[in-house]
Parts: sequence; C-alpha cells; structure tokens
Amino acid sequence: MTAPVVVTGMGVAAPNGLGTADYWAATRGGKSGIGRITRFDPTGYPARLAGEIPGFDAQEHLPSRLLPQTDRVTRLALVAADWALADAGVDPSQGDPLDMGVVTASAAGGFEFGEGELRRLWSKGSQFVSAYQSFAWFYAVNTGQISIRNGMKGPSGVVVSDQAGGLDALAQARRQIRKGTSLVVSGAVDASICSWGWVAQLAGDRLSSSDEPTRAYLPFDREATGQVPGEGGAILILESAEGARARGAEVYGEIAGYGATIDPAPGSGRPPGLAKAVATALGDAGVDAADIDVVFADGAGIPELDRVEAEAITELFGPRGVPVTVPKSMTGRLYSGAAPLDVACALLAMRDGVIPPTVHTDPCPDYDLDLVLHQARPTQARTALVLARGYGGFNSAVVLRAA
Amino acid sequence: MNERRVVITGMEVIAPGGVGKERFWDLLSEGRTATRGISFFDPTPFRSRVAAEVDFCPTGHGLTPQEERRMDRAAQFAVVAARTAVADSGIDLGSDDPHRIGVTVGTAVGATMGLDEEYRVVSDGGRLDLVDHRYAPPHLYNYLVPSSFAAEVAWAVGAEGPSTVVSTGCTSGIDAVGYAVELVREGSVDVMIAGASDAPISPITMACFDAIKATTPRHDEPERASRPFDGTRNGFVLGEGSAFFVLEELESARKRGAHIYAEIAGYATRSNAYHMTGLRPDGAEMAEAIGLALDEARINGDQIDYVNAHGSGTKQNDRHETAAFKKSLGTHAYRTPVSSIKSMVGHSLGAIGSIEIAASVLAMEYDVVPPTANLHTTDPECDLDYVPIVARDQLVDTVLTVGSGFGGFQSAMVLASPDRSFV
Amino acid sequence: MPSILFTLDDLRRILLEAAGAEESVDLEGDILNTTFAVLGYESLALLETGGRIEREYGIVLDDDDLSDEITPGDLIDAVNTQLSATEAQAA
Repeated sequence: MTAPVVVTGMGVAAPNGLGTADYWAATRGGKSGIGRITRFDPTGYPARLAGEIPGFDAQEHLPSRLLPQTDRVTRLALVAADWALADAGVDPSQGDPLDMGVVTASAAGGFEFGEGELRRLWSKGSQFVSAYQSFAWFYAVNTGQISIRNGMKGPSGVVVSDQAGGLDALAQARRQIRKGTSLVVSGAVDASICSWGWVAQLAGDRLSSSDEPTRAYLPFDREATGQVPGEGGAILILESAEGARARGAEVYGEIAGYGATIDPAPGSGRPPGLAKAVATALGDAGVDAADIDVVFADGAGIPELDRVEAEAITELFGPRGVPVTVPKSMTGRLYSGAAPLDVACALLAMRDGVIPPTVHTDPCPDYDLDLVLHQARPTQARTALVLARGYGGFNSAVVLRAA
Repeated sequence: MNERRVVITGMEVIAPGGVGKERFWDLLSEGRTATRGISFFDPTPFRSRVAAEVDFCPTGHGLTPQEERRMDRAAQFAVVAARTAVADSGIDLGSDDPHRIGVTVGTAVGATMGLDEEYRVVSDGGRLDLVDHRYAPPHLYNYLVPSSFAAEVAWAVGAEGPSTVVSTGCTSGIDAVGYAVELVREGSVDVMIAGASDAPISPITMACFDAIKATTPRHDEPERASRPFDGTRNGFVLGEGSAFFVLEELESARKRGAHIYAEIAGYATRSNAYHMTGLRPDGAEMAEAIGLALDEARINGDQIDYVNAHGSGTKQNDRHETAAFKKSLGTHAYRTPVSSIKSMVGHSLGAIGSIEIAASVLAMEYDVVPPTANLHTTDPECDLDYVPIVARDQLVDTVLTVGSGFGGFQSAMVLASPDRSFV
Repeated sequence: MPSILFTLDDLRRILLEAAGAEESVDLEGDILNTTFAVLGYESLALLETGGRIEREYGIVLDDDDLSDEITPGDLIDAVNTQLSATEAQAA
C-alpha cells in the first residue's frame, strides 16, 4: 500500500512563464508575472491586478473541434497535459487505456464560459444557451477532456478544496497508483479572470486594492494587505517508482508524504489545523521535521493568515529553522493550480540546487522565518515541504523527496 | 486479509417527495412519483418544464437565519442531511480526535442555483457585460468555489480531518462515498461523513439541458414524465436533493454497538474516454467498473440480489447500461431485479449517486426492491427485469449500484450485509 | 422556395463557429452528400450547430433533423423547408 510514487513529467502554464523552461527561468530569476488586468476592463473594481498568462494561443496547440466547447481553463489544462506527457516520454496511444487515469483539482471550473452563457440566458433568453454549457463550465471538465483526448480509461477523479485541492488531487492520484494503476495525470489549472469571476473573488474580501504590481501581494510582509489572483497551474505525470524505473523514465522526485485537515468552525476556540496536516505528511513520508530542507509556503499575504502559517512553521521547525519561500509572489494565487505549480517548482529547485525567491516582501519581524528573499539561494535540498491552504480552512501538505 | 472493512452506521436523505429517509422510503416502496411542473421559476420558455423539486424549509430543519443566508440551497441540504445522519448513527463525534474525522461532499454543479440568481442581479438582468460588484452578496465566493460545502459540513459536525468536495459530474455521489471509503480503509481517518448534494433546478441548468435535448419535454403529464427503460422514454427529469452517511470501520462500529446498515464492500470508477456527453452503446467501461467493484467485494456477479440502476431515462443511457449489466453479470443480469428510482425522484445530477446508495441500503434494510415507476412499454434493447410499477418483497443482502456521468465517468459500488455467509 | 435561402456556405460558417472542423476533413470540398458522422461531427456538435441555425434564422428544427446519420444536403433541405413554412405562416 505504500509503494513509492514519483513525478516523471510536468507541464506548466503560469503568469510568469508558459511552459516549464520559461516558468523556471523566470521564477529562479525573481521575475514576476503580476500586472494590471487586460482580459476585461478592471477600472471600476476595487482590485485591478492579476497574474495573467500572456501569449497563450489555444489554436496553436489544440484542434479546432475542441475550441468551441472549451473554456480557457480547459485549453490551458489540455495543453499542459500534452506537455507533461511529452516531458515524461509517454505516448498514451501506446499504453493500456485502463491503466492510465486522470485526477485533477478545480476551484471554479470553466467560469468564464459559464459567464458567457449566463449573459446569453439573461439578456437574450434560454434558447440562446450553448449545448456545451452542460459540461464546459463544470468542475469535472478538465479531467474529462484530458481523459478523452488521451484515451485514458483508468480511475479518474476531481476534487474541489479551494487552494488546497491541488495537493489533494496529487494524493488521490498517488492512492490510485498504489492500488495498481500505472500512470495518473494529475495536478490542476484554474483560471477565472473574467468580470463575473472577479466579482465573485472580490466577495471573498481578500484581494489587494493596490495598483502597484510590486506592492500588491506581499506574503509575510509587515504591510501585507491582501492577495492577487492569477491563472494557470501545473499538470504532473505520476507513476509508480517501479514502473518508472522499468521503462527507464527520468524521475523528478517522489510524492513521499501527504496530510490534510480542515480548520474548526470560526469561533469554536479550537486551534487551526495546519500544523497537524504537516505533522501527518511528515509521518506519512517517514521523515522528521529536521529532514525537511525547504518549505514552499502557502503565503496568504493576509496578516491573520500569515501569522497562523508562520507559527505552524516555527512550531514544527523552530525559529528560522528551515528556508521558506513563496514563489507564488511572482504569479499571484492560482487557486487549485497553485500547489501543483509549487510542487513542480520544488522539484526543479532540488534538481538544480537553487531555491527561488519570495519577491517584493519586506518580512514582518514578528514571524521568525528564514525567508528566501529577493534572489535565489543555492541549496543542497533533498526533501521539500509544500503547503496549500484554501478558503474555508482547508490545509494540505505534501512532502517531496528528490530523485 | 485484514484490510479494514467500512460500514454505514448512519444515514439521511433529502429527496423530492419528502425530507427524511422514512418519507423517502415510503415514496419508493409505494412506487409514487415526485416529479411535477416546475414551481421555482416560470418554465414557460423552456422545452422541458418538469422537475422533481424538494419542499424544504431551511429554518424548519434547524439552520439558523445566517446559515440559510450564506449557503446555497445545495449546501443547506448537505448540512441538514449530514447533521441528521450523524444523529442517526448515535456516534459521539465529540469524544473522537476531530482530526480523525473527515468529510467528502459530492456535487456536480455546486452552487449553480445561487450563481444563476446572483448573476442575474450583478448583471442587472443581463444588461451589464461588466457585472457590478456592489450588488454581490458577501457569500458569493462560497458559490464560486463549492468546497464551501465541505467546510460547512465539517463545521456542522465538528470534523477537522481531510475534507473535500468530489465533483465528477453525475457520478459524484458514488465517487464521494468511494473516496471516503478509501480514506477509512487506508487508516487516514476513523470516521467519514460522506454524501452528496445538488440543487440544480434553475434557468441556466434547464436551458443547457434543453440545448442538448437531454431532459424530457413531457410536461403535459409531469408525474409520469420520468420513464427509465420504457420504450417511450425521451429524456430525464431534473431533480435535486442530498443524502449523507456516517462511515466507520466495521470492528469499531461493532464495538460501540452501532446499528450497521451495510458494508461498502466494493467500489470502482473508470472512464469511457469517448465523449463528454455521449455513451458508446456497448457499456464496456461501466462493465469494467462493475467487475472491479465485485472483485474488490469478493462477490460474484450471480450473488447480487438487486441492481440499483443509473436509469436516467435517456435513450442512450438505458441502452448503454443494460448492455453493461449483461456484460458484467452475464445471464444473471436477466434473473436479478434492476430498477431506477429516478422514475420517482428524478435525476439530481451529482447528488443522485448518494441518494441511490441510500435507496440500496434501505432495500437491504426492508428486504424490498423499489420499482421502476412509469414503465409500461417494452423496448427490445432494454430486456431485463426492471421491476415495473410495483415494489417487490424479496431478500436483499447484496446490491450493485451504478452511475454514469458527463465527462465519461462510470462508477459502481457493491453494498452487502457484513454478516453475509459468503465472505 | 423561401426568400432567404440557407446555403452550403451558410452551413460551413455556422459549423465552424459551432464545432470547428476535423483536421483530416476539407469542409470546402464536396461535402453535400457525406454524412456528418463521416465528417467528424457527432450529435452534440450538431445540436450546437442546429441551435445556432434556429436562433439566426428564427426557425425550429425537428429532433430528427440533427442526427449524425444525415448529410449537409439533408440539413440544408430541412432548414429551407422550415424557412418556407415560417414565411408561409407569417404571410
């Protein structure tokens, strides 16, 4: 039941880089992808910055038959899945269909597609709603379309746990591999930078109203005032270590441990659950806190939430006990896509011996963290911890071991 | 084999025809239908104008006014059903480590009803392309990302362990329970509060199913509109509702003297990798999932006493599914009763899988097979024993329940008495 | 004959908007008598196509008009029949 499961391929779509190579070059170089929204006019809204993916032309990558029936989020996910499979050296048409599955996370589905159909419904009438609305917006759409495009008939799934869901999907993929499926396409991509999606995100009351891309999203900063949403994420190819070895695949690293909790109800007086999720992940990986070489933090950028995360990290690792970084300071928060992107980032960091920085933050002295600031730091890291926290109190943690 | 076995020790159902598992079972066992003309909004412009609606008063079922305000109808169903299921199980969750209690909530379309209503407002009836945030309610984020359902259920029951929404279209209700079973089996948790909820009866949902002609236009006789396996079937009837379960490991449930409804003996999901909405007539992937679920349960196909079908009442589904039963159960498919409760409670998308698990469990509890209502005309492609019109008294120790969903998902679950002689 | 005629070019345009085209299929070629199934359009694509035709031309098509067993020629005939009927009704 505990056979090792490894990552053998990755496909990245991020605001600071489309494709793994561009993303990694930008991220280790501290280059941010946050800017003023271009996909709609944000002038009238109290938040106007986002991490948008520039230069993604779906027609270059996908057949025209797929375009009318897909939201941007699904196009990005399909292309990232193609890249991840190619990176893993896997041609799915050569595999046993029932031995390949797809497990992704989603936060808001194809929300922009849904906005278009709601607009047609209410402005023109019900007969103007597209036949594709029956699936193009729903949470299962990325898993379904990836499965169809690649002929994957094995166990599939979709989880929704806000920003934490990206790690929950990887854990569910690992579970399916341990039960006998050879390969699972996993990870997540989210994108809802559209007027209706923006208004719904604003309602969460967490977005930064700053117009300065270098001041808007400042995890663990004394002046942290909110979040900048982004779009994108990463699709990862997971396989059993044994299977990957047998086919001579290059391995990025192992999904060695996982833990998840949800915070108690607001006002209950009970402590938050992040530290428990981390402890569970460490135990699952069979490592101690001292074995963790680097932490990829969630980095909420909201003082109350930053404090909880900083306290959990110092409780487990001691004051300044481990390097901590938040590369999503360069992309904004990608909802369910954020954590798989952090997993990809952590695996690349261990491969290349360099921890990418947290940009723009002037750390609050109340948090006793060893933040990797402003520029990348050389590392010998072999074991990394990735944290993800979702709206509503979701906490998930994954321990990665370098190949 | 000392793998942990997972059993259901508490349950609740909110379904069209009545809130509560007793009223649900009365409806099913009497073969009554709860489909009717849509009352939630004016359905006149729509092709399909019939649905299976739940008469539900949130505060009457214990929600506070603020809970009612911040939750979409589907989340309200989930919280009420989950709380009642916990009470039904008699378990004292407060005495357990809350990190050892988790939650899964299946939903296909999340807070679609709330999203539809709020979009109408922030767009001022579709007049504004850039919608107006000043008219958005503070809880709109909870509609955007339906993991809020899992958070609400966790808070309501005091769970602090792994919690998530499982959203695999119309198999969500089986897959959410299947996911929970895996967590208990692997030992990550001791107790799971698992189920599903959907409340999709809103203009946008009716419109999108109109566009693909998936729902029935038979609105002149709404109580007879849902006709799974009938030769005159022409689409499903949209429903809503929720069912929740308390899942525990068998030995600890026995130790505390819990009433054990059923063991979830086997579960599997596979994909057809064929089409987002279409099904190949051969049912191969559903048959594959059924075979795997039976293997996991270590039960032979011919030991299945009752098949609770997906039976949506579309032309293609009922044919696809019939083929899958023949492929997986062989000649036993002709001998075992097969029925679709969607004939009575409609198709509540992601919720129905859990509601059908509940129907399967109650069939075991009462040794009665619920019927397929409105089944009068034969279809040569649907030639199994679908228990037409009238419920059947019969020993039910093992049930196979299945689902099929947009996105290509095919799921199967085997429920069995934990005391079955052939374990 | 209706005063507005639905032509193969109209159908090509709407098909491309509604469902794109298979890479192996030349929509500009002689497709009038090839079934939609062979052209790579399944019932979902045809429902979307049919919905767009209905809205643009203000007609209602029968369910049978949108099967993947029919050809572009069949669909064009069906649309023009409905157009004539709608005009006759309006007259």
